[in-house]
Amino acid sequence: MRVGTGEKVLNYVILVLFAAYALFPILTIALTALGPQNGVTEPGPHWTNIADAWRIGDFGAALTRSLLVAALVVTVALTLSILAGYAFGTMRFPGSTVLFYLFLLGLMVPAEAIVIPLFFDLRTLGLTDTIWAVAFPQIAQSVAFGTFWMRAQFRALPPNLVEAAAIDGAGGMRTLWRVVVPPSLPSIATVAVLMFMWTWNEFLIPLIMSPGAQWRTAPLGLAIFKGQYTADNALIAAAGVIIAAPIIVVFLLLQRYFITGMLEGAAQE
Amino acid sequence: MTPYLYVLPAFLVYGLFLLYPLIRAGQFSLYDWPGFGPSEFVGPGNYVDLLGDRRFRDAVGHALTLIVFYSILPLVVGLVLAAILRRGRVRGLGFFRVVIFMPQVIALVVVAVAWHQIYSPTGLLNDVLRALGLGELARGWLGDPNLALPAVGMIGFWLSTGLVMLLLLAGMGRIPNDLYEAARLDGAGPVREFFAISLPSVKAEITTALVLTIIAALKTFDLVYVTTSGGPGTATTVPSYEVYNRAFNLKEVGSASAVAIVLTVLVFGINVVISRIGEERVVGR
Repeated sequence: MRVGTGEKVLNYVILVLFAAYALFPILTIALTALGPQNGVTEPGPHWTNIADAWRIGDFGAALTRSLLVAALVVTVALTLSILAGYAFGTMRFPGSTVLFYLFLLGLMVPAEAIVIPLFFDLRTLGLTDTIWAVAFPQIAQSVAFGTFWMRAQFRALPPNLVEAAAIDGAGGMRTLWRVVVPPSLPSIATVAVLMFMWTWNEFLIPLIMSPGAQWRTAPLGLAIFKGQYTADNALIAAAGVIIAAPIIVVFLLLQRYFITGMLEGAAQE
Repeated sequence: MTPYLYVLPAFLVYGLFLLYPLIRAGQFSLYDWPGFGPSEFVGPGNYVDLLGDRRFRDAVGHALTLIVFYSILPLVVGLVLAAILRRGRVRGLGFFRVVIFMPQVIALVVVAVAWHQIYSPTGLLNDVLRALGLGELARGWLGDPNLALPAVGMIGFWLSTGLVMLLLLAGMGRIPNDLYEAARLDGAGPVREFFAISLPSVKAEITTALVLTIIAALKTFDLVYVTTSGGPGTATTVPSYEVYNRAFNLKEVGSASAVAIVLTVLVFGINVVISRIGEERVVGR
Protein backbone atom coordinates (compact mmCIF):
# COMPACT_ATOMS: atom_id res chain seq x y z
CA MET A 1 0.00 0.00 0.00
CA ARG A 2 1.52 3.31 -1.05
CA VAL A 3 1.53 6.23 1.28
CA GLY A 4 2.19 9.67 -0.10
CA THR A 5 5.00 11.84 1.26
CA GLY A 6 2.49 14.50 2.22
CA GLU A 7 0.59 12.03 4.33
CA LYS A 8 3.79 10.82 6.00
CA VAL A 9 4.74 14.38 6.90
CA LEU A 10 1.24 15.02 8.24
CA ASN A 11 1.57 11.96 10.46
CA TYR A 12 4.79 13.13 11.99
CA VAL A 13 3.42 16.63 12.47
CA ILE A 14 0.48 15.16 14.38
CA LEU A 15 2.74 12.98 16.49
CA VAL A 16 5.15 15.79 17.33
CA LEU A 17 2.33 18.18 18.25
CA PHE A 18 0.61 15.56 20.34
CA ALA A 19 3.81 14.61 22.12
CA ALA A 20 4.42 18.29 22.90
CA TYR A 21 0.88 18.56 24.28
CA ALA A 22 1.40 15.49 26.48
CA LEU A 23 4.69 16.85 27.78
CA PHE A 24 4.03 20.53 28.34
CA PRO A 25 2.54 20.35 31.85
CA ILE A 26 5.37 18.03 32.86
CA LEU A 27 7.98 20.36 31.39
CA THR A 28 6.26 23.35 32.98
CA ILE A 29 6.63 21.84 36.41
CA ALA A 30 10.23 20.79 35.76
CA LEU A 31 11.12 24.32 34.59
CA THR A 32 9.29 25.97 37.48
CA ALA A 33 11.09 23.64 39.87
CA LEU A 34 14.43 25.01 38.66
CA GLY A 35 13.23 28.61 38.45
CA PRO A 36 13.75 31.32 41.07
CA GLN A 37 11.97 31.15 44.41
CA ASN A 38 9.95 34.20 45.46
CA GLY A 39 12.23 37.19 45.90
CA VAL A 40 15.20 35.53 44.20
CA THR A 41 16.59 37.42 41.22
CA GLU A 42 19.74 35.52 40.16
CA PRO A 43 19.32 33.55 36.97
CA GLY A 44 18.82 29.77 37.29
CA PRO A 45 18.78 26.87 37.09
CA HIS A 46 18.29 26.72 40.84
CA TRP A 47 19.08 23.12 41.68
CA THR A 48 19.00 24.01 45.37
CA ASN A 49 15.19 24.27 45.14
CA ILE A 50 15.04 20.49 45.12
CA ALA A 51 17.17 20.30 48.26
CA ASP A 52 15.12 23.05 49.95
CA ALA A 53 11.80 21.34 49.17
CA TRP A 54 13.23 18.01 50.30
CA ARG A 55 14.26 19.49 53.65
CA ILE A 56 11.21 21.68 54.35
CA GLY A 57 8.69 19.02 53.34
CA ASP A 58 10.66 16.17 54.96
CA PHE A 59 10.31 14.20 51.73
CA GLY A 60 13.05 11.73 52.65
CA ALA A 61 10.73 10.27 55.28
CA ALA A 62 7.66 10.43 53.00
CA LEU A 63 9.46 8.65 50.17
CA THR A 64 10.71 5.97 52.56
CA ARG A 65 7.14 5.37 53.75
CA SER A 66 5.93 5.24 50.14
CA LEU A 67 8.62 2.70 49.32
CA LEU A 68 7.75 0.52 52.33
CA VAL A 69 4.02 0.61 51.56
CA ALA A 70 4.63 -0.17 47.89
CA ALA A 71 7.02 -3.02 48.73
CA LEU A 72 4.49 -4.54 51.12
CA VAL A 73 1.56 -4.16 48.71
CA VAL A 74 3.41 -5.55 45.69
CA THR A 75 4.95 -8.59 47.45
CA VAL A 76 1.81 -9.65 49.28
CA ALA A 77 -0.64 -8.88 46.46
CA LEU A 78 1.56 -10.56 43.86
CA THR A 79 2.02 -13.73 45.92
CA LEU A 80 -1.69 -14.03 46.74
CA SER A 81 -2.66 -13.32 43.12
CA ILE A 82 -0.31 -15.97 41.74
CA LEU A 83 -1.70 -18.57 44.16
CA ALA A 84 -5.34 -17.70 43.43
CA GLY A 85 -4.74 -17.30 39.70
CA TYR A 86 -3.11 -20.75 39.64
CA ALA A 87 -6.24 -22.34 41.09
CA PHE A 88 -8.62 -20.41 38.83
CA GLY A 89 -6.47 -20.86 35.75
CA THR A 90 -5.46 -24.50 35.93
CA MET A 91 -7.93 -26.35 38.19
CA ARG A 92 -11.60 -27.18 38.05
CA PHE A 93 -13.54 -27.00 41.28
CA PRO A 94 -17.14 -26.41 42.35
CA GLY A 95 -17.91 -22.74 42.93
CA SER A 96 -14.91 -21.51 40.95
CA THR A 97 -17.02 -19.40 38.60
CA VAL A 98 -18.94 -17.68 41.38
CA LEU A 99 -15.75 -17.07 43.36
CA PHE A 100 -13.99 -15.66 40.33
CA TYR A 101 -16.86 -13.29 39.58
CA LEU A 102 -16.70 -12.14 43.17
CA PHE A 103 -13.07 -11.13 42.56
CA LEU A 104 -14.05 -9.40 39.31
CA LEU A 105 -16.56 -7.33 41.25
CA GLY A 106 -13.66 -5.81 43.15
CA LEU A 107 -12.30 -4.31 39.94
CA MET A 108 -15.29 -2.00 39.79
CA VAL A 109 -15.61 -0.96 43.44
CA PRO A 110 -14.27 2.58 43.81
CA ALA A 111 -11.98 3.21 46.78
CA GLU A 112 -14.39 5.98 47.81
CA ALA A 113 -16.96 3.31 48.65
CA ILE A 114 -14.80 1.37 51.09
CA VAL A 115 -12.63 3.96 52.85
CA ILE A 116 -15.30 5.25 55.21
CA PRO A 117 -16.14 1.92 56.89
CA LEU A 118 -12.47 0.93 56.77
CA PHE A 119 -11.50 4.10 58.59
CA PHE A 120 -14.10 3.85 61.35
CA ASP A 121 -13.76 0.08 61.85
CA LEU A 122 -9.96 0.14 61.90
CA ARG A 123 -10.02 3.16 64.20
CA THR A 124 -12.12 1.14 66.65
CA LEU A 125 -9.44 -1.58 66.49
CA GLY A 126 -6.71 1.04 67.00
CA LEU A 127 -5.17 0.24 63.63
CA THR A 128 -5.39 3.57 61.83
CA ASP A 129 -2.02 5.29 61.35
CA THR A 130 -0.30 1.93 60.85
CA ILE A 131 1.28 0.63 57.65
CA TRP A 132 -1.31 -2.17 57.70
CA ALA A 133 -4.25 0.22 57.46
CA VAL A 134 -2.64 1.98 54.50
CA ALA A 135 -1.41 -1.16 52.74
CA PHE A 136 -4.12 -3.80 53.17
CA PRO A 137 -7.00 -2.01 51.42
CA GLN A 138 -4.62 -1.51 48.49
CA ILE A 139 -3.53 -5.16 48.65
CA ALA A 140 -7.20 -6.12 48.39
CA GLN A 141 -7.66 -3.91 45.30
CA SER A 142 -4.48 -5.22 43.70
CA VAL A 143 -5.42 -8.83 44.50
CA ALA A 144 -8.70 -8.41 42.61
CA PHE A 145 -6.85 -7.23 39.54
CA GLY A 146 -3.89 -9.60 39.99
CA THR A 147 -6.08 -12.70 40.32
CA PHE A 148 -7.95 -11.74 37.17
CA TRP A 149 -4.66 -11.11 35.35
CA MET A 150 -2.80 -14.24 36.52
CA ARG A 151 -5.76 -16.48 35.74
CA ALA A 152 -5.76 -15.25 32.14
CA GLN A 153 -2.00 -15.78 31.91
CA PHE A 154 -2.05 -19.32 33.38
CA ARG A 155 -4.98 -20.35 31.21
CA ALA A 156 -3.04 -19.29 28.14
CA LEU A 157 -0.19 -21.72 28.99
CA PRO A 158 -0.16 -24.96 26.97
CA PRO A 159 -2.40 -27.37 28.98
CA ASN A 160 -0.01 -30.30 28.60
CA LEU A 161 2.65 -28.33 30.46
CA VAL A 162 0.75 -28.57 33.74
CA GLU A 163 -0.47 -32.13 33.04
CA ALA A 164 3.04 -33.38 32.26
CA ALA A 165 4.31 -31.97 35.54
CA ALA A 166 1.47 -33.68 37.40
CA ILE A 167 2.28 -37.02 35.76
CA ASP A 168 5.93 -36.62 36.76
CA GLY A 169 4.66 -36.51 40.31
CA ALA A 170 5.42 -32.85 40.99
CA GLY A 171 3.05 -31.64 43.70
CA GLY A 172 0.80 -28.61 43.27
CA MET A 173 3.17 -26.07 44.79
CA ARG A 174 6.18 -27.47 42.94
CA THR A 175 4.32 -27.41 39.65
CA LEU A 176 3.36 -23.81 40.29
CA TRP A 177 6.84 -22.47 41.08
CA ARG A 178 8.88 -24.76 38.79
CA VAL A 179 6.60 -25.16 35.78
CA VAL A 180 3.89 -22.51 35.70
CA VAL A 181 5.67 -19.41 37.00
CA PRO A 182 8.91 -19.40 34.93
CA PRO A 183 7.27 -19.03 31.49
CA SER A 184 4.89 -16.44 32.98
CA LEU A 185 7.57 -14.11 34.31
CA PRO A 186 7.04 -11.29 31.76
CA SER A 187 3.35 -11.25 32.60
CA ILE A 188 4.13 -11.31 36.34
CA ALA A 189 6.54 -8.41 35.85
CA THR A 190 3.83 -6.44 34.07
CA VAL A 191 1.32 -6.82 36.87
CA ALA A 192 4.00 -6.08 39.48
CA VAL A 193 4.88 -2.84 37.71
CA LEU A 194 1.21 -1.81 37.54
CA MET A 195 0.68 -2.59 41.22
CA PHE A 196 3.75 -0.56 42.13
CA MET A 197 2.56 2.41 40.09
CA TRP A 198 -0.96 2.36 41.53
CA THR A 199 0.35 2.12 45.08
CA TRP A 200 3.00 4.79 44.61
CA ASN A 201 0.44 7.22 43.19
CA GLU A 202 -2.48 6.38 45.54
CA PHE A 203 -3.87 9.38 47.36
CA LEU A 204 -7.27 8.75 48.93
CA ILE A 205 -6.44 5.63 50.97
CA PRO A 206 -3.37 6.99 52.80
CA LEU A 207 -5.19 10.33 53.24
CA ILE A 208 -8.04 8.66 55.13
CA MET A 209 -6.23 5.77 56.79
CA SER A 210 -3.45 7.85 58.29
CA PRO A 211 -5.18 10.84 59.87
CA GLY A 212 -2.27 11.38 62.27
CA ALA A 213 0.14 11.47 59.34
CA GLN A 214 2.49 8.73 60.65
CA TRP A 215 1.97 6.86 57.37
CA ARG A 216 1.52 9.78 55.07
CA THR A 217 2.95 8.70 51.72
CA ALA A 218 4.74 10.96 49.23
CA PRO A 219 1.73 12.18 47.14
CA LEU A 220 0.02 13.25 50.36
CA GLY A 221 3.19 14.93 51.46
CA LEU A 222 2.99 17.02 48.30
CA ALA A 223 -0.65 18.02 48.85
CA ILE A 224 0.05 19.02 52.45
CA PHE A 225 3.27 20.78 51.46
CA LYS A 226 1.35 22.86 48.92
CA GLY A 227 -1.40 23.71 51.36
CA GLN A 228 0.52 24.32 54.56
CA TYR A 229 4.26 24.74 54.19
CA THR A 230 4.68 27.12 51.34
CA ALA A 231 3.00 29.20 48.66
CA ASP A 232 6.22 29.33 46.67
CA ASN A 233 5.60 27.92 43.20
CA ALA A 234 9.22 26.93 42.66
CA LEU A 235 9.31 24.91 45.89
CA ILE A 236 5.93 23.27 45.21
CA ALA A 237 7.06 22.33 41.71
CA ALA A 238 10.34 21.00 43.11
CA ALA A 239 8.36 18.80 45.49
CA GLY A 240 6.30 17.60 42.52
CA VAL A 241 9.48 16.62 40.73
CA ILE A 242 10.66 14.71 43.80
CA ILE A 243 7.41 12.67 43.87
CA ALA A 244 7.19 12.07 40.12
CA ALA A 245 10.84 11.34 39.41
CA PRO A 246 11.01 7.79 40.84
CA ILE A 247 7.98 6.59 38.88
CA ILE A 248 9.18 8.26 35.67
CA VAL A 249 12.57 6.54 36.03
CA VAL A 250 10.89 3.17 36.60
CA PHE A 251 8.60 3.85 33.64
CA LEU A 252 11.47 4.71 31.30
CA LEU A 253 13.38 1.60 32.37
CA LEU A 254 10.40 -0.78 32.17
CA GLN A 255 8.24 0.99 29.56
CA ARG A 256 7.50 -2.23 27.72
CA TYR A 257 5.78 -3.72 30.77
CA PHE A 258 3.86 -0.54 31.58
CA ILE A 259 2.55 -0.08 28.07
CA THR A 260 1.59 -3.73 27.49
CA GLY A 261 -0.09 -3.79 30.86
CA MET A 262 -2.10 -0.64 30.38
CA LEU A 263 -2.97 -1.05 26.70
CA GLU A 264 -3.63 -4.74 26.37
CA GLY A 265 -4.24 -6.12 29.80
CA ALA A 266 -5.51 -3.60 32.27
CA ALA A 267 -8.32 -2.85 29.91
CA GLN A 268 -9.41 -6.07 28.43
CA GLU A 269 -9.42 -9.81 28.54
CA MET B 1 -3.60 -29.37 48.37
CA THR B 2 -7.06 -28.46 47.21
CA PRO B 3 -7.80 -25.50 44.93
CA TYR B 4 -9.60 -23.78 47.78
CA LEU B 5 -6.40 -23.51 49.80
CA TYR B 6 -4.74 -21.64 46.93
CA VAL B 7 -7.63 -19.19 46.73
CA LEU B 8 -8.08 -18.81 50.48
CA PRO B 9 -5.32 -16.27 51.35
CA ALA B 10 -6.30 -13.97 48.47
CA PHE B 11 -9.95 -14.29 49.34
CA LEU B 12 -9.38 -13.55 53.03
CA VAL B 13 -7.61 -10.25 52.32
CA TYR B 14 -10.02 -9.37 49.54
CA GLY B 15 -13.05 -10.22 51.63
CA LEU B 16 -11.88 -8.43 54.78
CA PHE B 17 -10.59 -5.25 53.14
CA LEU B 18 -12.88 -4.84 50.14
CA LEU B 19 -16.08 -6.90 50.19
CA TYR B 20 -16.81 -6.48 53.90
CA PRO B 21 -16.23 -2.69 53.87
CA LEU B 22 -18.51 -2.43 50.84
CA ILE B 23 -21.28 -4.19 52.76
CA ARG B 24 -20.55 -2.01 55.79
CA ALA B 25 -20.87 1.11 53.60
CA GLY B 26 -24.33 -0.09 52.63
CA GLN B 27 -25.14 -0.56 56.32
CA PHE B 28 -23.70 2.85 57.33
CA SER B 29 -25.83 4.51 54.68
CA LEU B 30 -28.99 3.55 56.60
CA TYR B 31 -27.97 5.46 59.74
CA ASP B 32 -27.47 9.03 60.87
CA TRP B 33 -24.06 9.14 62.51
CA PRO B 34 -21.57 11.98 63.05
CA GLY B 35 -18.61 9.55 63.30
CA PHE B 36 -18.68 9.21 67.10
CA GLY B 37 -21.25 8.47 69.79
CA PRO B 38 -24.67 6.94 69.16
CA SER B 39 -26.20 6.46 65.73
CA GLU B 40 -29.82 6.57 64.66
CA PHE B 41 -31.42 4.20 62.17
CA VAL B 42 -33.11 6.18 59.39
CA GLY B 43 -33.73 3.45 56.79
CA PRO B 44 -33.58 4.89 53.27
CA GLY B 45 -33.69 8.42 54.72
CA ASN B 46 -30.21 9.41 53.58
CA TYR B 47 -31.01 8.39 50.01
CA VAL B 48 -34.30 10.27 50.06
CA ASP B 49 -32.45 13.34 51.32
CA LEU B 50 -29.99 13.09 48.44
CA LEU B 51 -32.85 13.49 45.95
CA GLY B 52 -33.58 16.97 47.27
CA ASP B 53 -29.93 17.83 48.00
CA ARG B 54 -28.80 20.66 45.76
CA ARG B 55 -25.11 20.05 46.46
CA PHE B 56 -25.40 16.39 45.57
CA ARG B 57 -27.36 17.08 42.38
CA ASP B 58 -24.71 19.62 41.40
CA ALA B 59 -22.01 17.02 42.05
CA VAL B 60 -23.70 14.47 39.80
CA GLY B 61 -24.19 17.10 37.10
CA HIS B 62 -20.52 18.02 37.31
CA ALA B 63 -19.55 14.36 37.01
CA LEU B 64 -21.60 14.12 33.80
CA THR B 65 -19.88 17.22 32.45
CA LEU B 66 -16.52 15.72 33.33
CA ILE B 67 -17.46 12.57 31.38
CA VAL B 68 -17.69 14.73 28.26
CA PHE B 69 -14.14 15.98 28.86
CA TYR B 70 -12.65 12.67 30.03
CA SER B 71 -14.38 10.33 27.58
CA ILE B 72 -16.42 11.77 24.73
CA LEU B 73 -14.03 14.45 23.47
CA PRO B 74 -10.94 12.20 23.79
CA LEU B 75 -12.82 9.47 21.90
CA VAL B 76 -13.63 11.81 19.01
CA VAL B 77 -10.14 13.29 18.85
CA GLY B 78 -8.53 9.88 19.42
CA LEU B 79 -10.54 8.27 16.61
CA VAL B 80 -9.61 10.95 14.09
CA LEU B 81 -5.92 10.95 15.02
CA ALA B 82 -5.67 7.15 15.16
CA ALA B 83 -7.34 6.83 11.75
CA ILE B 84 -4.94 9.32 10.21
CA LEU B 85 -1.95 7.58 11.78
CA ARG B 86 -3.20 4.14 10.70
CA ARG B 87 -3.65 5.36 7.15
CA GLY B 88 -0.11 6.73 7.05
CA ARG B 89 1.25 3.49 8.55
CA VAL B 90 3.75 5.29 10.74
CA ARG B 91 6.62 3.02 11.76
CA GLY B 92 8.72 3.32 14.88
CA LEU B 93 6.00 4.74 17.08
CA GLY B 94 8.18 3.71 20.04
CA PHE B 95 9.45 7.08 21.20
CA PHE B 96 6.11 8.81 20.69
CA ARG B 97 4.27 6.05 22.48
CA VAL B 98 6.44 6.50 25.57
CA VAL B 99 5.93 10.27 25.58
CA ILE B 100 2.17 10.06 24.96
CA PHE B 101 1.90 7.57 27.80
CA MET B 102 3.68 9.77 30.31
CA PRO B 103 0.49 11.42 31.74
CA GLN B 104 -0.81 7.97 32.76
CA VAL B 105 2.19 7.26 34.93
CA ILE B 106 2.53 10.42 36.99
CA ALA B 107 0.64 10.75 40.27
CA LEU B 108 -2.57 12.77 39.87
CA VAL B 109 -1.42 14.98 42.73
CA VAL B 110 1.59 16.05 40.68
CA VAL B 111 -0.62 16.51 37.61
CA ALA B 112 -2.95 18.65 39.71
CA VAL B 113 -0.08 20.77 41.02
CA ALA B 114 1.23 21.30 37.47
CA TRP B 115 -2.15 22.42 36.11
CA HIS B 116 -2.88 24.50 39.17
CA GLN B 117 0.22 26.54 38.30
CA ILE B 118 -0.64 26.66 34.58
CA TYR B 119 -4.12 28.03 35.39
CA SER B 120 -2.98 30.50 38.05
CA PRO B 121 -3.36 34.27 37.41
CA THR B 122 0.38 34.50 36.71
CA GLY B 123 0.56 31.07 35.06
CA LEU B 124 1.50 29.82 31.62
CA LEU B 125 -2.00 29.97 30.12
CA ASN B 126 -2.41 33.66 30.93
CA ASP B 127 1.15 34.39 29.75
CA VAL B 128 0.31 32.83 26.40
CA LEU B 129 -2.96 34.75 26.14
CA ARG B 130 -1.17 38.03 26.89
CA ALA B 131 1.54 37.22 24.35
CA LEU B 132 -1.19 36.67 21.76
CA GLY B 133 -2.70 40.05 22.57
CA LEU B 134 -5.68 38.42 24.29
CA GLY B 135 -4.76 39.81 27.70
CA GLU B 136 -8.36 40.73 28.53
CA LEU B 137 -9.20 37.00 28.62
CA ALA B 138 -6.56 36.35 31.28
CA ARG B 139 -7.93 35.37 34.68
CA GLY B 140 -7.52 32.91 37.56
CA TRP B 141 -9.16 30.04 35.73
CA LEU B 142 -9.80 27.81 38.72
CA GLY B 143 -11.28 30.72 40.71
CA ASP B 144 -13.91 31.58 38.09
CA PRO B 145 -17.25 29.93 39.02
CA ASN B 146 -18.18 29.43 35.36
CA LEU B 147 -14.83 28.26 34.08
CA ALA B 148 -13.45 26.20 36.97
CA LEU B 149 -15.31 23.03 35.95
CA PRO B 150 -14.27 23.15 32.27
CA ALA B 151 -10.74 23.93 33.47
CA VAL B 152 -10.72 20.76 35.60
CA GLY B 153 -12.31 18.98 32.63
CA MET B 154 -9.44 20.01 30.37
CA ILE B 155 -7.05 18.30 32.78
CA GLY B 156 -9.12 15.15 32.29
CA PHE B 157 -9.01 15.63 28.53
CA TRP B 158 -5.23 15.89 28.73
CA LEU B 159 -5.08 12.71 30.84
CA SER B 160 -7.36 10.61 28.64
CA THR B 161 -6.68 11.53 25.04
CA GLY B 162 -3.25 9.89 24.66
CA LEU B 163 -4.40 6.64 26.24
CA VAL B 164 -7.56 6.54 24.13
CA MET B 165 -5.65 7.26 20.93
CA LEU B 166 -3.07 4.54 21.61
CA LEU B 167 -5.81 2.02 22.47
CA LEU B 168 -7.61 2.78 19.21
CA LEU B 169 -4.40 2.75 17.20
CA ALA B 170 -3.53 -0.69 18.61
CA GLY B 171 -6.97 -1.89 17.49
CA MET B 172 -6.67 -0.39 14.04
CA GLY B 173 -3.20 -1.92 13.70
CA ARG B 174 -4.87 -5.33 13.76
CA ILE B 175 -7.02 -4.55 10.70
CA PRO B 176 -5.58 -6.42 7.68
CA ASN B 177 -4.13 -4.17 5.00
CA ASP B 178 -6.12 -5.96 2.26
CA LEU B 179 -9.27 -4.35 3.57
CA TYR B 180 -7.85 -0.87 3.05
CA GLU B 181 -6.38 -1.80 -0.33
CA ALA B 182 -9.69 -3.17 -1.54
CA ALA B 183 -11.44 -0.02 -0.37
CA ARG B 184 -8.93 2.16 -2.18
CA LEU B 185 -9.29 0.14 -5.36
CA ASP B 186 -13.00 0.84 -5.09
CA GLY B 187 -12.10 4.49 -4.93
CA ALA B 188 -12.97 5.08 -1.28
CA GLY B 189 -11.58 8.31 0.16
CA PRO B 190 -10.29 8.73 3.70
CA VAL B 191 -13.73 9.55 5.10
CA ARG B 192 -15.49 6.51 3.66
CA GLU B 193 -12.53 4.35 4.60
CA PHE B 194 -12.91 5.58 8.18
CA PHE B 195 -16.63 4.84 8.47
CA ALA B 196 -16.56 1.59 6.46
CA ILE B 197 -13.44 -0.05 7.86
CA SER B 198 -11.63 1.66 10.74
CA LEU B 199 -14.59 2.56 12.94
CA PRO B 200 -16.45 -0.81 12.89
CA SER B 201 -13.20 -2.70 13.50
CA VAL B 202 -12.42 -0.98 16.79
CA LYS B 203 -15.73 -1.46 18.57
CA ALA B 204 -14.06 -3.43 21.34
CA GLU B 205 -11.38 -0.77 21.81
CA ILE B 206 -14.00 1.98 21.91
CA THR B 207 -15.83 0.07 24.63
CA THR B 208 -12.64 -0.33 26.63
CA ALA B 209 -11.71 3.32 26.20
CA LEU B 210 -15.15 4.49 27.30
CA VAL B 211 -15.30 2.28 30.38
CA LEU B 212 -11.80 3.24 31.53
CA THR B 213 -12.24 6.96 31.01
CA ILE B 214 -15.79 7.22 32.36
CA ILE B 215 -14.71 5.44 35.53
CA ALA B 216 -11.72 7.78 35.75
CA ALA B 217 -14.09 10.75 35.37
CA LEU B 218 -16.35 9.45 38.16
CA LYS B 219 -13.38 8.94 40.45
CA THR B 220 -11.92 12.44 40.06
CA PHE B 221 -11.00 12.86 43.70
CA ASP B 222 -7.30 13.75 43.78
CA LEU B 223 -7.58 16.41 41.08
CA VAL B 224 -10.49 18.20 42.72
CA TYR B 225 -9.02 17.89 46.22
CA VAL B 226 -5.75 19.50 45.16
CA THR B 227 -6.90 22.07 42.59
CA THR B 228 -10.21 23.46 43.88
CA SER B 229 -11.52 21.52 46.93
CA GLY B 230 -14.84 21.54 45.08
CA GLY B 231 -14.96 25.34 44.80
CA PRO B 232 -15.41 28.14 44.13
CA GLY B 233 -18.65 27.56 46.05
CA THR B 234 -19.78 24.19 44.77
CA ALA B 235 -18.65 24.83 41.18
CA THR B 236 -16.40 21.79 40.88
CA THR B 237 -17.62 19.36 43.52
CA VAL B 238 -18.10 15.77 42.33
CA PRO B 239 -19.60 12.67 44.01
CA SER B 240 -16.23 11.24 45.02
CA TYR B 241 -15.29 14.55 46.65
CA GLU B 242 -18.72 14.68 48.34
CA VAL B 243 -18.04 11.28 49.95
CA TYR B 244 -14.91 12.68 51.59
CA ASN B 245 -16.40 16.07 52.36
CA ARG B 246 -19.52 14.67 54.02
CA ALA B 247 -17.71 12.04 56.09
CA PHE B 248 -14.75 14.09 57.29
CA ASN B 249 -15.65 17.78 57.03
CA LEU B 250 -19.40 17.80 57.63
CA LYS B 251 -19.42 14.73 59.96
CA GLU B 252 -22.35 13.18 58.10
CA VAL B 253 -21.09 9.63 57.81
CA GLY B 254 -24.48 8.16 56.83
CA SER B 255 -25.00 10.63 54.02
CA ALA B 256 -21.41 10.14 52.85
CA SER B 257 -21.96 6.39 52.72
CA ALA B 258 -25.16 6.87 50.72
CA VAL B 259 -23.23 8.95 48.18
CA ALA B 260 -20.54 6.24 48.10
CA ILE B 261 -23.13 3.56 47.39
CA VAL B 262 -24.76 5.67 44.65
CA LEU B 263 -21.31 6.20 43.12
CA THR B 264 -20.60 2.47 43.19
CA VAL B 265 -23.94 1.68 41.58
CA LEU B 266 -23.22 4.29 38.89
CA VAL B 267 -19.83 2.72 38.13
CA PHE B 268 -21.36 -0.77 37.98
CA GLY B 269 -24.24 0.41 35.82
CA ILE B 270 -22.05 2.22 33.33
CA ASN B 271 -19.73 -0.77 33.11
CA VAL B 272 -22.61 -3.14 32.41
CA VAL B 273 -24.41 -0.89 29.93
CA ILE B 274 -21.35 -0.03 27.86
CA SER B 275 -20.08 -3.60 27.92
CA ARG B 276 -23.49 -4.83 26.74
CA ILE B 277 -23.45 -2.34 23.90
CA GLY B 278 -19.91 -3.31 23.00
CA GLU B 279 -20.73 -7.01 23.52
CA GLU B 280 -17.38 -7.41 25.20
CA ARG B 281 -16.69 -7.87 28.87
CA VAL B 282 -14.44 -5.11 30.05
CA VAL B 283 -13.05 -4.31 33.42
CA GLY B 284 -10.86 -1.58 34.77
CA ARG B 285 -9.62 -0.63 38.15
